Amino acid sequence: MIAVALWSVAVLLALTPAAIALSMRPRGSVVLYGACLVITATLCATALLHLLDPAHPVLSATLPIGLPWLGAHVRLDALSAFFLVVVNLGGAAASLFALGYSKHEDSPGRVLPFYPAYLAAMNVVVLANDAFSFLVAWEFMSLTSWALVVSHHREAENVRAGYVYLLMASFGTLALLLAFGLLASGAGYDFDAIRASHPSAALTGMVVILVLLGAGSKAGLVPLHAWLPLAHPAAPSHVSGLMSGVMTKVAVYGFVRIVFDLLPEPVWWWSMVVLLVGGPTATLGVLYALMQRDIKRVLAYSTIENIGIIFTGLGLALAFKAQGLDWVAALAFTAAMLHVFNHALFKSLLFFGAGAVLGATGERDMEKLGGLIHRMPKTAFAVLIGCVAISALPPFNGFVSEWLTFQAILLSPQLPSWGLKLAIPAVGGLLALAAAFAAACFVKLYGISFLGRPRSDVAASAHETDRFSLTAMLLLAALCLIAGILPGLLIDALAPVSKAMVGNVMPHQVGLQWLTIVPIAESRSSYNGLLVFVFAALCGTAAASAIHRLASDRLRRAPAWDCGYPDPNPAIQYSASSFSQPIRRVFGSVIFAAREIGEMPPPSSPRPARLRVELRDLIWDALYAPIAKAVSFATDRINILQFLTIRRYLTLVFVALIVLLLVVAL
Amino acid sequence: MNALRDILSQGAQMLLVLGLAPLLTGFVRKVKARLLRRRGPPLLQPYRDLIRLMRKDVVLADNASWLFRVIPYLMFAGTWVAASLVPTFGNGLLFSWTADLIAIIALLGSARFFQALAGMDVGTAFGGIGSSREVMIASLAEPAMLITVFSVAMIAGSTQLANVAEFMGSDAVGLRVSLGMAFVALTIVALAENARIPVDNPATHLELTMVHEAMVLEYSGRHLALVDLSSQLKLLLYVSLIACVFLPWGIATADASIGRFVFGALLYIGKLTVLGFLLALFETAIAKMRVFRIPEFLGAALMLALLATLLRFVSGSL
Repeated sequence: MIAVALWSVAVLLALTPAAIALSMRPRGSVVLYGACLVITATLCATALLHLLDPAHPVLSATLPIGLPWLGAHVRLDALSAFFLVVVNLGGAAASLFALGYSKHEDSPGRVLPFYPAYLAAMNVVVLANDAFSFLVAWEFMSLTSWALVVSHHREAENVRAGYVYLLMASFGTLALLLAFGLLASGAGYDFDAIRASHPSAALTGMVVILVLLGAGSKAGLVPLHAWLPLAHPAAPSHVSGLMSGVMTKVAVYGFVRIVFDLLPEPVWWWSMVVLLVGGPTATLGVLYALMQRDIKRVLAYSTIENIGIIFTGLGLALAFKAQGLDWVAALAFTAAMLHVFNHALFKSLLFFGAGAVLGATGERDMEKLGGLIHRMPKTAFAVLIGCVAISALPPFNGFVSEWLTFQAILLSPQLPSWGLKLAIPAVGGLLALAAAFAAACFVKLYGISFLGRPRSDVAASAHETDRFSLTAMLLLAALCLIAGILPGLLIDALAPVSKAMVGNVMPHQVGLQWLTIVPIAESRSSYNGLLVFVFAALCGTAAASAIHRLASDRLRRAPAWDCGYPDPNPAIQYSASSFSQPIRRVFGSVIFAAREIGEMPPPSSPRPARLRVELRDLIWDALYAPIAKAVSFATDRINILQFLTIRRYLTLVFVALIVLLLVVAL
Repeated sequence: MNALRDILSQGAQMLLVLGLAPLLTGFVRKVKARLLRRRGPPLLQPYRDLIRLMRKDVVLADNASWLFRVIPYLMFAGTWVAASLVPTFGNGLLFSWTADLIAIIALLGSARFFQALAGMDVGTAFGGIGSSREVMIASLAEPAMLITVFSVAMIAGSTQLANVAEFMGSDAVGLRVSLGMAFVALTIVALAENARIPVDNPATHLELTMVHEAMVLEYSGRHLALVDLSSQLKLLLYVSLIACVFLPWGIATADASIGRFVFGALLYIGKLTVLGFLLALFETAIAKMRVFRIPEFLGAALMLALLATLLRFVSGSL
């Protein structure tokens, strides 16, 4: 199996040079995306077979590439197999979507060569079994995605996004490099050797912080998230879907692999750090999302929220594992992994939907959309399912993973540590807030862009997207429903992952009456998505048929009522900014220093009155702006060194040499 | 035999909540009117309204989409399923393990999600204002509700309502500070969720302060009937929830005799009467709040709920 995986990755890499030639051909992109679809589907099936193999074999191999004394180690265990499924399911969906979407691409030569390379890089990160291959693949993943972010390089905004992304990606890789450096000091770069080593407590603590910085910056944890909402929307939509839905999960994989697998038993304060980062990330991410009016940016910020939920689950798992409650740790860990899978599904779906809207209208700004449910009914249907799923509403999949996370939170009074006892209810409250905000955010996204009346001519003349894109979206939507009503299958499939990472599994689910899921015991809690779905569907259809048959089924069309004041101007509708105004007033005045400035023209002036809303990103102001300022201050000072005479340069070189010799001598 | 009894009690529960929901609304209206020294509409008026609305034609706005027509059924189904899972007279509901308290809250969340979308579908200013304010209220009420559920679930050791009710009815509970806080928080949330007076006014129309009515303004005929029935069911659900968690006496256990079930049902109707009367009294005694005072009101619920949960973490007996 590992051979299949490696050959598939090799083919993906080989497609990269081929893509340069293909991008010149008129049907080249179809060939390339078709090939990517076949390969990722193969990889996904292989990984799935491996994950479902009852023997749970751990396969490894060493390739004679990379560092000569190390080689490249690869390994396929339950964790890699699960993340391979996530990566390649997302990759296959994105390739299928791109089969149709790529015709909107005006410069395919800037996208095609990097796309297979990017997919290959993500696969190699998940397969790597030594620090060197891991880091090379990680950096390759960053660079190829950077190239895709700046593919539309003529827009100044994208270039800035690419610049910030490149800086943050280097920072993240640096942190990981240091983490592996610390780990390798006693063992070497091979993961197997690191697993067998016994690093000191101080060293592992530093490694955890560094990994949280490195993987967290790639995943988008607050406050390292600043690049994400710039970079993810800048890429072409299928790549945005991959970056948000899949690459952030590869970052989660990096964190899990190092903290849960390579490091020895956790200490309780690790979980404290992870929880205190995860909870606020969830709430802040979605609050930011609520304030946006660009569809793709809303989705990017909502990715930050979901990463927060995943890290909260991982933090809970660490907390319980540190206290030896590994059966609860298994619950929290499974919840986190389930959310990884779920988020990959609905975030890819929603980005594809945004791509379809962008392709049909050329607009990402919600204030210029509206009424698309009439013009693009199938896209609207798929996106609706994505919106319900991401808002954690039953019977879809987002609810299941959040429900499991809540169940783990409810078991936390068993923890002896006082810090955690106080932190976990607060984090639970933050997650509850995030869930409610997410629903508000997606009511806004869907209501403004798809419902109502068109706010611009392009929205009024939009047309349904192509068949391939629709297939990709509808498939993902179907998976969202299936994962929501049959979560027991997923929980059981995740059992080997949880066994390998936290040493215990959740109770076996399939085979319970009516496919109910019972995380601990039936007397504590149970949930049956299938029955809720069937029950609600039956009640709804019964009500509809009873009323139609017994009462009335007549229907007339008439102008909208609107309390007697209908206005034909579509500008009378609520806009994205006005929709979030109440929430902005309640929460934004502190968190975003939001201000509304009304400018009234003087009497008798025909100028219209204006309302300006100012939002500040306080994290950017407090963290990034001072650093940027310090760097430019320092460079300004050092700049004089550029204009010295040759004499002074020679003196400088001589002094540097003396200092170095002194240092070496002492 | 057991399965048959569970099916019967589940079916009876579904019909009971559906049948009683308009009556509770009618009762609250009647009491409010009497407290204002008006005669008020007859108790059965909500039934008549529903039947009248169902028989009328639907007048649909020109640009309403298919979603607008489906949403009343979705809302009704979600609310009905949620309401039929809250134990009212007996515990042995066939599907009580289908959804726990968190899932019931989330089901109501689904109904609200669709309702807010319906407000935006026709593209009118009133619909938008209703949806926008509804999600603002929900963004505070839902977390407050969830954290209240946390505190209750931690005390009872379960999120399954049947087990919570059983635990609350036993002697193991005692008087707890955290339960008192949870009760106040749940009451505030229930007022907000049902668009009752300090938050929204169920009787107004054509007023900029309205929230719920603004969202459903474009509905007519059978669609409006279903939307109204859903909100009546939701009121009944919250009242039953408060009754089930805080006044769990008399709820028949799964293996009780027929007599106990009948007794439970009578007691349940008594509980509804008392709580409905209190609701009417409260609504008559208090004034409607400005929209931007609502966050403070709901924030209090959120803080109380969080405090209740923290107390539970700090001490097992508080």
